[in-house]
Amino acid sequence: MRFNTLSIKKSNDLIFGYSPKPVTTRRGLIIGGGIVYPELNFTLPTMSINDSTLTNITNQYKEIVNGALERALQLEAPGLIFEFETLLEMTQNPQIAIGLVKVMNDVCEEYYVKHGLKSEIRLTPNDLREFERPPKQRTSELLDLMIEVFEGGLNAGGDLLSIESTGGKEVSDDALMNCNIKQLIFALSVLGVRDMKMLWRKMVDICLKKGKIPAGDTACGFGNTAMVLAEKKYIPKVFAAVVRIVTVVRTLVCIEEGAVGPDKDCGYEGVYLKAITGIPISMEGKTSACAHLSPVGNIAGACADLWSNESVQNIKLLSGMAPTAYYEQLEYDTRLMNEAIKEGSASILNLQRLMVNSDIYHDPQALVLAPDVVIQVAGEIVKGKNYIDASIRGALKGLDIIEEAVNSDKLKLEDREVIWIDSLRSEIETIPTDESKFVEETIAEIGTTKFIPAEYGL
Amino acid sequence: MSDLLEKLMNCVELGKINKVSSFPPSLKGQDGADELCKMALEEGIKPQVILNEALIPGMSKIGEKFSQGRAFVPEMLISAKAMTAAMKHLKPFFTSGEIKRKGTFVIGTVFGDLHDIGKNIVAMTIEGSGWEVIDLGVDVKPEKFVETIEKYPDCVVGLSALLTTTMANMEVIVKEIKNKYPDKLILVGGAPLSQEFCNKIGASFYSPDPQGAVEFLKKVAA
Repeated sequence: MRFNTLSIKKSNDLIFGYSPKPVTTRRGLIIGGGIVYPELNFTLPTMSINDSTLTNITNQYKEIVNGALERALQLEAPGLIFEFETLLEMTQNPQIAIGLVKVMNDVCEEYYVKHGLKSEIRLTPNDLREFERPPKQRTSELLDLMIEVFEGGLNAGGDLLSIESTGGKEVSDDALMNCNIKQLIFALSVLGVRDMKMLWRKMVDICLKKGKIPAGDTACGFGNTAMVLAEKKYIPKVFAAVVRIVTVVRTLVCIEEGAVGPDKDCGYEGVYLKAITGIPISMEGKTSACAHLSPVGNIAGACADLWSNESVQNIKLLSGMAPTAYYEQLEYDTRLMNEAIKEGSASILNLQRLMVNSDIYHDPQALVLAPDVVIQVAGEIVKGKNYIDASIRGALKGLDIIEEAVNSDKLKLEDREVIWIDSLRSEIETIPTDESKFVEETIAEIGTTKFIPAEYGL
Repeated sequence: MSDLLEKLMNCVELGKINKVSSFPPSLKGQDGADELCKMALEEGIKPQVILNEALIPGMSKIGEKFSQGRAFVPEMLISAKAMTAAMKHLKPFFTSGEIKRKGTFVIGTVFGDLHDIGKNIVAMTIEGSGWEVIDLGVDVKPEKFVETIEKYPDCVVGLSALLTTTMANMEVIVKEIKNKYPDKLILVGGAPLSQEFCNKIGASFYSPDPQGAVEFLKKVAA
């Protein structure tokens, strides 16, 4: 592991709007440099994507960007990011994705030239490889399509490149359902890590060649799946909180390979990445309730450099189209944070304290996002001698902190939740830190029908 | 109900697979569903009685707890494993036709969509309620559903989708099935769905949760 110390050592320095390694975009947005910008994400309403709907789709994306930028002008906003997460058919047919980036970027450029309004497109192609079961992470032809979208989309005007990569998801889905922490750590710290190394090496190379920004990844398919399952009471919140910590180690790999941030919005692990590496991060919370519920609506903003809505359908609301309305909400959220920044450190910490305290003891998943907890757990993660050891250390530290909060009566958990603390701890303590041994044990347990070891270089 | 069947039902509900399994800690060292089902057959209890009075009620109990938010999915899964351990002793009686399931349920996530966690939970819950479940997996095209219905003409079909863009594919599948089998019962579910959408595409039933699907199938089987 490349990172063995924390970039941010004190919780008072882990704040919104500032990161030790800010990122400057081509139109001059400085992310992590003292202003929190909105990051608007959007998707289509219920409709099919095919040749007959393509013109309609193109118009919708153009109108979304136009609507938000027009509103940004009216609100005298300093700038914004648009995240374009491609839908399946768009990555399968790269020309669709590339064409849409161009259309949206043309609008961004128009507002920049005419009004000086700075905006950028974060291009996030979906990871097609999970469509094959078991997936062929390294040899699938689907990877070629993804690369075509990376390259073509950046050429067409995307400035930041991200992905929600899915290496290990074929194992983690069942592990989440069964609350099998050993298999989950295997999925993330062995398979996920190995896949991230391969994929991000390619993505960083592409960005460097084109002068673009390799932004970051998110373990959305792991950590947020756990969060949503916990929200539905399908799995314990304690388990979901531990999963969140384990995702840190996996996502850290993209930064080891050269990603510079801002890390992606739905990666709540971003706050750990910021503490460990110093990169700026995008986060989402209360204003992403349009996409999914979460127990971390306020606390998620405590260390954000970009503030996102995750995704909203392009449908009509009373005020206008939903993406414009959600952009406005994001703008007011960030305006408040930026006002605190203008007032100085005491105001930043005051606002942050309110964000943290309003959520922290309602759910263990919120607790593990609190800046002081992040510093403690991240401090354990960087002591790891390898990715597995780092995951184990982080998870055990997280469990200790959750247990302490329960014992001190600050965090109220049902008994059926509390019993998972010991049970998870006992399971985690049996995991070998040696990768070969862990691989051998796991294959003996789950076989190789779900995943193909060679596709992970095993 | 005999003591033996009651114990067997409890083992399924609590997820006690066999004597050596350590879960649940309160039953450590005691016989599990595996041993108790074998004993019940040896005592001459009819296989259909074992199924209807111990195994299905055991799964129903954990299913109810789950739908009331008092049990987690992993607890359901371990109950399902306990039921499977008992069912292996009943397998020959299914083959001979001495015992029958309530019906066949064919389920899959619609084409273009890879999400299977919700679909798996529904499949497991329905299987535990006494139905044979044919799980077609994810990204399932209309022709696959039609082909499977040909094999199981009396089946009920379940469609799952998690994305707003793949919900539209449900309509395509429903149309293709209804073209060939106009009376086929089709159950739909998934996060972005609604009763209104179900009505619009001509599906038979929408359930926001697995237990609702089980209740619907109970009425179908009655």
